[in-house]
Amino acid sequence: MATLNAHIPSGPLAMKWTRHRNESRLISPANKRKYKVIVVGAGLAGASAAAALAELGYEVHNFVYHDSPRRAHSVAAQGGINAAKNYQNDGDSVWRLFYDTIKGGDFRAREANVYRLAEVSVQIIDHCVALGVPFAREYGGLLDNRSFGGAQVSRTFYARGQTGQQLLLGAYSALCRMIAAGAVKSYTHCEMVDLVVVDGHAKGIIVRDLRTGRISRHNADAVVLATGGYANVYYLSTNALNSNATAIWRAYKRGACFANPCFTQIHPTCIPVSGTYQSKLTLMSESLRNDGRLWVPKRREDCSKPPNEIPESDRDYYLERMYPAYGNLCPRDIASRAAKKVCDEGRGVGPGGRGVYLDFSDAIKRLGVAKVRERYGNLFDMYREITGEDAYQVPMRIYPAVHYTMGGLWVDYNLMSNLPGLFVIGEANFSDHGANRLGASALMQGLADGFFILPATIANYLATVNPAQRPSTDHPAFAEAEAEVTTRLRRLLQCRGKRTPTEFHRELGQLMWDYCGMSRNRAGLELALRRIPELREEFWHNVNVPGEATTLNQALEKANRVADFLELAELMCLDALHREESCGGHFREEHQLPDGEAKRDDEHFAYVAAWEYAGPDRAPVLNREPLVYEEVRMTTRSYK
Amino acid sequence: MKVTLKVWRQKDAQSPGRFVTYVTPELNPNMSFLEMLDVVNEDLIRRGEEPIAFDHDCREGICGTCSLVINGKPHGPHRGVTTCQTYMRSFKDGDTIVIEPFRARAFPVIKDLIVDRSALDRIMWAGGFISVRTGSAPDANTIPVPKDVAERAMDAAQCIGCGACVAACKNASAMLFVAAKISHLGLLPQGQPERYRRARAMIEQMDREGFGACTVTGSCEAVCPKGVSLEFIARMNRDYAVALLKGDPIQRAAAAI
Ligand SMILES: Cc1cc2nc3c(=O)[nH]c(=O)nc-3n(C[C@H](O)[C@H](O)[C@H](O)COP(=O)(O)OP(=O)(O)OC[C@H]3O[C@@H](n4cnc5c(N)ncnc54)[C@H](O)[C@@H]3O)c2cc1C
Ligand code: SF4
Ligand code: FES
Repeated sequence: MATLNAHIPSGPLAMKWTRHRNESRLISPANKRKYKVIVVGAGLAGASAAAALAELGYEVHNFVYHDSPRRAHSVAAQGGINAAKNYQNDGDSVWRLFYDTIKGGDFRAREANVYRLAEVSVQIIDHCVALGVPFAREYGGLLDNRSFGGAQVSRTFYARGQTGQQLLLGAYSALCRMIAAGAVKSYTHCEMVDLVVVDGHAKGIIVRDLRTGRISRHNADAVVLATGGYANVYYLSTNALNSNATAIWRAYKRGACFANPCFTQIHPTCIPVSGTYQSKLTLMSESLRNDGRLWVPKRREDCSKPPNEIPESDRDYYLERMYPAYGNLCPRDIASRAAKKVCDEGRGVGPGGRGVYLDFSDAIKRLGVAKVRERYGNLFDMYREITGEDAYQVPMRIYPAVHYTMGGLWVDYNLMSNLPGLFVIGEANFSDHGANRLGASALMQGLADGFFILPATIANYLATVNPAQRPSTDHPAFAEAEAEVTTRLRRLLQCRGKRTPTEFHRELGQLMWDYCGMSRNRAGLELALRRIPELREEFWHNVNVPGEATTLNQALEKANRVADFLELAELMCLDALHREESCGGHFREEHQLPDGEAKRDDEHFAYVAAWEYAGPDRAPVLNREPLVYEEVRMTTRSYK
Repeated sequence: MKVTLKVWRQKDAQSPGRFVTYVTPELNPNMSFLEMLDVVNEDLIRRGEEPIAFDHDCREGICGTCSLVINGKPHGPHRGVTTCQTYMRSFKDGDTIVIEPFRARAFPVIKDLIVDRSALDRIMWAGGFISVRTGSAPDANTIPVPKDVAERAMDAAQCIGCGACVAACKNASAMLFVAAKISHLGLLPQGQPERYRRARAMIEQMDREGFGACTVTGSCEAVCPKGVSLEFIARMNRDYAVALLKGDPIQRAAAAI
């Protein structure tokens, strides 16, 4: 069994990070040059880490499957990034951001990590402004803020509806500076297809060049995975189409523990599914819930009427009714389940009855069209392009969709996995969001990890290894990993079955949405656990991948990723089945309070479930890291 | 609805390419253009043929990965949107649609509709940044930035780096892209110290990459999915001229102190 030591520093919560930094190892500038670090990914987490590590003097090699680092999925984040600046003087503080985040995560995150995140948030904004991120400003020239779900203060910084794009361009520009300085070597169109472990330490990766199909080996003194989340296991999600789990799944199969895989986030405000050809779902930013009001008709009969003909008195503003303290701004898991509930009651609107209204008419009355356009114009435009409807005139129709994965590879306080030398940052790790993530906190985590935390903690590991003894790429572990990769690709190409990789992906996604989605129960999960291995079996005999391995081959890329999703899905269901409680985004129908709220079980489940691979035909081993709260009390999460 | 596609197919950079005609299966007008290509590709795969290679990722108009020249227009028939935001309802049943890659000397074809746009990254390496070391920045509100200046910078910063401006230009010039970046940073107070040096370095790199000269025909602005304005080119030219004629005014000012 893996030994999981979170390495949380002792002392009072507010002092842990300062103390840890003071006690962390240092490496002299002359020696830093000798260390080689691989960073996979150039989203907010990867780009910032690669830049910051290079600034410190390490030799950094950065890999992305995109054709440019600037295209990472982070680019699509719309709403904003949290920071405890208290520029609004509305009572915010590091403590409050910390507490909101830990409560938002339903007390399933690590206290010390979350406190550190809130602490570092402040520096992120300073640094991004210095990098030239054009955040929204007030007339006086100071930074503007908006509110986001799960908070009663206004602490979200934003750049129109393109915050992720602007932050990513900021981190990318820092990366460009280091590439120009020769301190980072950038490999684009290069997909990591395996992790290489030598004597129990991560020492390199195997990479496929997507343009030429060439497989290559890369060694390093440490490997950092910043490869994003795995929401695309559901096929339809708000993630970019190429987002995938291959990097973290390969690492899992090489010994890294996978923590809380079933903790996924369903975002309440997305454009509803409209047909089977659909390739992705589009998010309408949570910021819309600042000024938009969610409602459905009180009576089923009214569902087919045009919304503007339904009088106020016949509308059910269900979030305001159910959660008066937070209203439309309650956290995502709660807002999503509430939408599902009213639709299950037959009061949903639009095709198939799977939709609720997000209405801006009050905001337009209060603020005027111009102000609403200034705040949300690009989102309204996007909505019109996709649906052909004008949300200034009629309410938007929205429905929950898979959006984010809180689970990920297990890491300690240093952001190192149980495999020494393997670091995991950003959405790819599990560390900060517990069972539910609050809006505007993923961007914060990505940049906190990459710019500020990893660069300070990585030396604790590097100082223990000697770069002169770095295994060469001729080491048998590299040869073996490469051979496995080539065999697997050959198998995919030789199958010549009848179904496309996408068909398998779509079927898997539907299974996961039905049985491991917004609400879960034992019977459904057991059914999924029977169906997934069957589907996987069929995949390996009946998938059709045309073309060759030695050229650009998108069908092969896809099949290789779907093969991993088909394994990961099983682990997610297993985790969901074992967690006999409801918490955050994990809602087990068997465990609810009489009013339908989630019933958490702190006595039995206040732990991180870290799953360890045990071999192809063996059940994974469950390791438990107990969650010990030193300074906050676990309470029932209430937004009423 | 059904449409006929004339698609550019090219095995790799070395091989010659040609148009191949496909008749689509039955389509739903609410499909996106790329979903239509997905449907065609699924069909091809089922028949054991190689699917049409095309670039895409976010499918919501922000990552800049999708490209395609549709009926002669980069990013298709509509202004202000990318290919991935183009919907089949913009076409009629029975239409013939010609699909080509973004063509430019600096964008060699990798396969079918996928081109190599790494030249744009190399222009960024040349100077598309503000040199600040992580952890050294002052409090974010130390320097107020007038709202309209921040907004103007944001107008330029919205560029998604797709390269449609290059594909639309008869000279295959990358001026709009470069101007967007130079203006974004050059408008903000934080970007001032390196303003002229940046403009010069990026423009010189652009020339080295084999992009053509700008003759202000404006076709770039017309296809830009983010509405990046030609005015930014004028602004960049001024900065560049200053940098060439007078050297770096910021450094000269410093020398005079
Ligand atoms: C539509 C949308 C809107 C969002 N809005 C917000 C918001 O307003 N606020 C907020 O805080 N969060 C938001 N989020 C969440 C947030 O954007 C993500 O969680 C975050 O950006 C993830 O960043 P990352 O750096 O961890 O990974 P990513 O940005 O996903 O980057 C992953 C990187 O890894 C690379 N990669 C992956 N696998 C491999 C491999 N095998 N080999 C080589 N390279 C690989 C990719 O090329 C890419 O560079 C949003 C998410 C979505 C989907
Ligand atoms: S200026 Fe416009 S067309 Fe050119 S790369 Fe930027 S977004 Fe694309
Ligand atoms: S696919 Fe991202 S902009 Fe079109």
